[in-house]
Amino acid sequence: MTGAGGQSWRTQKRVFATIATGPILWLLLFFIIPLAVLWAYSFGRNVGLTEIEISGTFANYAKAIEPLYLQIFGKSIAVAGLTTFICLIVGFPVALAITFATPKWKPWLLLGIMLPFWTNLLIRTYALMAVLRTEGYANQSLGWLWQLSSNARVVLGLQPLDAFEPLHLLYNNFAVVLGLVYVHLPFMVLPLYAALDRLDRSLIEASLDLGAGHFRTLLTIVAPLAAPGIISGVVITFVPALGAYLTPDLLGGTDSQMIANVIERQFKRANDWPFGSALSFMLMYATFIMIAWQAQRERKLMRTGIGPDVGARA
Amino acid sequence: MTNSPPNRANSDTAAIKPIIQIRNVTKRFGQLAAVDDVSLDIMPGEFFVLLGPSGCGKTTLLRMIAGFELPTEGQILIDGQDMTGVPPNQRPVNMVFQSYAVFPHMNVRDNVAYGLKIARTPKKDIRDRVNEALALVKLDGLGDRMPDQLSGGQRQRVALARSLVMRPKVLLLDEPLSALDAKLRAAMQFELADLQEKVGITFVTVTHDQDEALSMASRIAVVNKGLIAQMATPSDLYEYPANRFVADFVGSVNLFEGRLIVDEPERAVVECPALGRVYINHGVTGPHEGTVHVALRPEKISLYRQGEAPPAPDAPVGHNLADGVIKGMSYLGDITVFQILMPSGQVMRVSRPNLSRFDQEDFTWEDRVSMRWHSSSPVVLLA
Amino acid sequence: MMRRLRPAIAPLDYTRRWSMRLWVGLVMFFLYAPLVALMVFSFNDSRRNIVWRGFTTKYYDKVMHNDMLMEALGNSLTIAFFTTIISLVLGGLAAVMLWRFRFPWKAAVEGAMALPIVVPEICFGVAMLIFFAQIGWPTDMPWPFSLGAITIAHVTFCFPFVAMVVRSRLASFNREEEEAAKDLGASEWQAFRDVLLPHMKPGLIAGALLAFTMSLDDFVITFFTSGPNTITFPVKVYSMVRFSVTPEVNAASTLLIVLTVIMTSVALYFQNRMVQSGKGPA
Repeated sequence: MTGAGGQSWRTQKRVFATIATGPILWLLLFFIIPLAVLWAYSFGRNVGLTEIEISGTFANYAKAIEPLYLQIFGKSIAVAGLTTFICLIVGFPVALAITFATPKWKPWLLLGIMLPFWTNLLIRTYALMAVLRTEGYANQSLGWLWQLSSNARVVLGLQPLDAFEPLHLLYNNFAVVLGLVYVHLPFMVLPLYAALDRLDRSLIEASLDLGAGHFRTLLTIVAPLAAPGIISGVVITFVPALGAYLTPDLLGGTDSQMIANVIERQFKRANDWPFGSALSFMLMYATFIMIAWQAQRERKLMRTGIGPDVGARA
Repeated sequence: MTNSPPNRANSDTAAIKPIIQIRNVTKRFGQLAAVDDVSLDIMPGEFFVLLGPSGCGKTTLLRMIAGFELPTEGQILIDGQDMTGVPPNQRPVNMVFQSYAVFPHMNVRDNVAYGLKIARTPKKDIRDRVNEALALVKLDGLGDRMPDQLSGGQRQRVALARSLVMRPKVLLLDEPLSALDAKLRAAMQFELADLQEKVGITFVTVTHDQDEALSMASRIAVVNKGLIAQMATPSDLYEYPANRFVADFVGSVNLFEGRLIVDEPERAVVECPALGRVYINHGVTGPHEGTVHVALRPEKISLYRQGEAPPAPDAPVGHNLADGVIKGMSYLGDITVFQILMPSGQVMRVSRPNLSRFDQEDFTWEDRVSMRWHSSSPVVLLA
Repeated sequence: MMRRLRPAIAPLDYTRRWSMRLWVGLVMFFLYAPLVALMVFSFNDSRRNIVWRGFTTKYYDKVMHNDMLMEALGNSLTIAFFTTIISLVLGGLAAVMLWRFRFPWKAAVEGAMALPIVVPEICFGVAMLIFFAQIGWPTDMPWPFSLGAITIAHVTFCFPFVAMVVRSRLASFNREEEEAAKDLGASEWQAFRDVLLPHMKPGLIAGALLAFTMSLDDFVITFFTSGPNTITFPVKVYSMVRFSVTPEVNAASTLLIVLTVIMTSVALYFQNRMVQSGKGPA
């Protein structure tokens, strides 16, 4: 970033006005105001079919913390948390591998991680549906393996196995978590890679040199120093996973609805906009808390010397 | 070799086994050989320096001893044990990294204790040994500081203490002083040599700085393009360079091409088209009438006003004498360096100590001068 | 000397360990197998979509002759086009503003500019739904003006990304170049056009492709802002997917994937050029 922020706007008022008016006005008109309206709605109530009165009531928030909705909130957080955890476990070795790949391989591995990231979310979810459904590729392959081992048993003179029962892989919580991991894995790998790539390799070498094994080095040196990357990976994965709509909608069953699906229902079917608005703001507050937590952790790490620029000294 | 002096470092170590043996080690990166069939032995207690320009393979050699790079061919033995297949964390050597690699998230004490903790040393021993190591590098009282509260020099001491506390058989130092400013560097040179004497651990250092190498080392290997150009004590390296690369790389030198016309046990004469006849007071056993090079250090040449040079006591008339015109002068405080243009068109560098405050006024630009040197000064280089 | 067998893996060659390779291989398989299967089976001559029955392109034919789908694709491309143009202008201006000037409330503006990036899509989607309902946005305008609401929503979440990319490019700009131009007599505008704009160009191109892809991909926000006459491609595919898994959906998806891959390649090419010129974003 540029230093403390360049020249004062006063020195070139007209230039500043020309440049600033468009973006600021657009942001105000089509982002801040809609959010403000949404916020106002969350304090309103339905009067009649289409009429809504902003009465300043907290009834919508009271409803939002009823056990039914609190439970869905809790479940969303749990699902997003589990997704984030799995992404971290799966993604860390991948990020490590990319970091230490040869210059020839590195861009290809990075591209390999980034390409799905750019592919349409809906299409990726659909592709997963085709894999997981009762007649999908996963069950097809499992059935084939089952048949194979059954045949093997016959050859060995044993009883053949019972007929293959397709697994119910779709429309349940498993499918939702798998889908969220599938969609969000690149979100985790890329910041982890960025953090690991900045790490001074001689720190790892020093640890090995002093007798530590690879795993110990990973835990005592790499992980603490990559903490900013891990935290930002966690937040970048957790936030969209928490607000995910499409994945639980397409892959989940009746019991795997997440908060975004409930919000959608208030607007499209239940037609209870004030309540939907309140839920939306609850989700947004949760998001902001996560981001504030990240910012605060990052500041703290900066203070202890593990800024994002660790090891940047040559 | 031309002038082979007795190898002091090895003279009395016939019975002692080398601590590090490098046997025919080659390291290739793709087609490029960074280290090319190098063999060398390092004795216990030596302060051994690998000196060479950047990219010559010296760091690769050091990292192969540490175990971070694997030799493509050949073998490295530490204390008689083959290190092939031994990972760095199980080798009895420790390294001080060029960037120091002080762990930024641990305080000084935890940094120094890191290796001992991994070795499961009892807590009390850890405390004692850490304190001892911190005292050794003069960091007592700074144990609770975080690395970003330390200066560059202090960080380096942490790295040193962190390695020394492990009591390695060999301490490897990768360009230990390159990140320090000039004053600190000079002080650290002495301190490192002092420290090495105190702890008695073999030091192997990599550097591209000849001053650093000359002032610290007990023995130096000059590395060029993956090969060892010469291995000798600092003074032998300077006074008896084995080839043009070493002569030129270590210190400053005037080089002249010539023909060896006399080569007897007690004297040799080289006829240099650009310099005249150079008389040397010992034989060089070079190729008769063959092309050789003569190296003359700038400080070994005396300067006189033209025609006032006294006759040489140790050389025939007309030998070891040259005339020229002063074309350049650099006053460096302790010495003044003159660039003297000779009739042949070649320039001779001559340095002259400023013994008195007024010495600098003796000679000036465009003065005609005579140069003379002792017959023991020139070095004849066959390679 | 005997050639000794040695493990050819240096300590930090993590990528050369077979366990690491297996892990990366499995992850790549996990990421790509469903997509590859989807694309391959779009050429499968069977409605059941699971056993290979021979090669056919008839589903692409069907997609091409599916008027609703083609209209949706047309809508999507139109929206993406206008979104890109507007986002580019707004994002570029925002980047220059934040990079160049100090002004009161700058931190607040910066924060607000980052908000569209972090606010959950669903929240922004419903906010737009309410907003357009509240101001009584006309829904019966002729094409392409009927796409206005969706385009506005898309621009709002796209241009902060463009601003981010362009600003990181600007960070590497040497202000003395601009001063040199002015020193040589260039006006404010001429210095901008001749020195700053060429420097921003790779960032602008990368930002444009980012905006185009994001607009083309968006489902959730569009879902809340589209009316019955303004269906976009993802919204149409969504309703097909909800209905069933069919080879037509595979074919339509494959088309979009191919489009995305092309866009991504172009974007990466420009980003690489940015990095290779030594000053790209880290």
